[in-house]
Amino acid sequence: MATDLGDPRIIEFDVRTDEMLVNMGPQHPSTHGVLRLVLRTDGEIVSEVTPHIGYLHRCAEKIGENLTPRQYIPYTDRMDYLAGMNMNLGWALTVEKLLKLELPEKAKHLRVIIAEMGRIASHLVGMGAYGLDLGSFSPFLYAFREREKILDLFEKACGARLTYSYLTVGGATHDLPPGWLQECEDFLTQLLPIIEEYHALLTTNAIFVRRTAAIGIMSAEQAIGYGTSGPVLRGSGVDWDLRRDGEERYTELYDGYAFEVIVQKNGHYPNDHKYPAVPGVAVLGDCWHRFYVRMLEVMQSIDIVRQAIDRYSRASGTHGIPVKLNEKLPKGEVYLETEAPRGQMGFYLVSDGTSIPWRVRARSSCFSNLCVTHELCRGCLIADVPAIVGSLDIVMGEIDR
Amino acid sequence: MSQALLDRLKKKFGDQITGAKSTNLDPWIEVAPPALADVCLYLRDEKDLRFNYLNCISGVDYLELDPKKAAKVDWQPHTEVVYHLWSLTHKHSLVLKVILPRWKGDVAGELPEVPSVAGIWPTADWHEREVFDLSGVRFIGHPALRRILCPEDWVGHPLRKDYEMPLEYHGIRGK
Repeated sequence: MATDLGDPRIIEFDVRTDEMLVNMGPQHPSTHGVLRLVLRTDGEIVSEVTPHIGYLHRCAEKIGENLTPRQYIPYTDRMDYLAGMNMNLGWALTVEKLLKLELPEKAKHLRVIIAEMGRIASHLVGMGAYGLDLGSFSPFLYAFREREKILDLFEKACGARLTYSYLTVGGATHDLPPGWLQECEDFLTQLLPIIEEYHALLTTNAIFVRRTAAIGIMSAEQAIGYGTSGPVLRGSGVDWDLRRDGEERYTELYDGYAFEVIVQKNGHYPNDHKYPAVPGVAVLGDCWHRFYVRMLEVMQSIDIVRQAIDRYSRASGTHGIPVKLNEKLPKGEVYLETEAPRGQMGFYLVSDGTSIPWRVRARSSCFSNLCVTHELCRGCLIADVPAIVGSLDIVMGEIDR
Repeated sequence: MSQALLDRLKKKFGDQITGAKSTNLDPWIEVAPPALADVCLYLRDEKDLRFNYLNCISGVDYLELDPKKAAKVDWQPHTEVVYHLWSLTHKHSLVLKVILPRWKGDVAGELPEVPSVAGIWPTADWHEREVFDLSGVRFIGHPALRRILCPEDWVGHPLRKDYEMPLEYHGIRGK
């Protein structure tokens, strides 16, 4: 067809777009807290994304230089506030590594129960909030309904609903109350069929798949190079989970547990015949896969908690060993990473021989997960930016510390 | 692993490997600042080492302000940059350390310098910005060494031991 300037459709091709800087956040609802993204856009296409972080910075590392390790536990709660239990665990294990503490069997299994319940709660929020990012409100409410029950269980165990300070140096502050295990088991039984609903609401939902499949694809090399971890790393097909591959001090908690790392191998996830099939349009390393890994991890955690409950009820020993609040730390430095729901949370502790650490360093998983954003968002549409950032499942409290 | 690796690095890089401590729970190897990028590249690319995953870069400041305690410590004031590496291929880990003076050329306010490894592990980009921001170490060759957690106009580096809280910041009272 010859070009005719009188043709009204020609205007479609004649719209001149200029480069424009668009600020997304820090109060944008889909940026998960206070994250500010500066987008360089041309029309709808994003050519560059620059994340600006630090709005929640409290210099938790400096605070750690003024408190004893046990006093520092409540501050770890406030890092990843959606998985406070897992943060407590990471710090407690680091200090125990320095103190060379050996825990009783019972305390170890208690920690597995609590840590995996924390993972379920955290992934439920991750899932619900991701639906919210993509404009679907109901999964959020469903996810919070189930998470509420986990919080109730945690409240029964330690009295707090968000900032637990439950797992501490030497074990846990209290033993689980009578009847707790039964309630926990009932909850898991009830949760299993509900996961099917989530799959129907999101995982297999045609709109959801269109919004997430083949969007924000991250190769395995990128994932490793940028130091991503957790579901983000495994969503790119890297077979790595600290519960299996980590340091002995951490993996010994999971010794003898039957579980497989959730990662796609030879085109298959472990036991994927039980779950909705991977849609044909999805590409390994895209937003959909990161989401799917999280969903399968919920199923897996349910299984691990069941095993842990069984072992806990048969285990000998107590829920912990007493450690003084101002226990003197041996001179030296230790680094330990644990598999928190959002990735590998590491703590680095330098001690000069007193009871107060010389230096505390928190290696945040989301910090490393977020630093890949500019690569993933290059050339995507503005509407895909929340989809990509949401799929990384970030918590600003942990990034900014 | 650690002793064999240390011998190997010493053979390859000679006196650029300035020390090591194998008695610590996580043994570390000390590298002279100019050789850091070469050592890191070697560690990443050698087939049987493959340290392809950088966990963390931390800055640690050593300065004792209390003169009584300062008389007892067994080190001179200095700053360390610590690299925690991991190999996802071979499942082994390594700690590298770079020992720096607290100030470049002992001129107060001149930040010590170390080569950037952002070209070797892209994740180092943000980690180095954080160490620069909080511990005050300048990474030479970093693509954009800006503050990351503190505001851009913040004065000082909070994790240095002689850092003082500002009395006022844009009308907000400190202390």
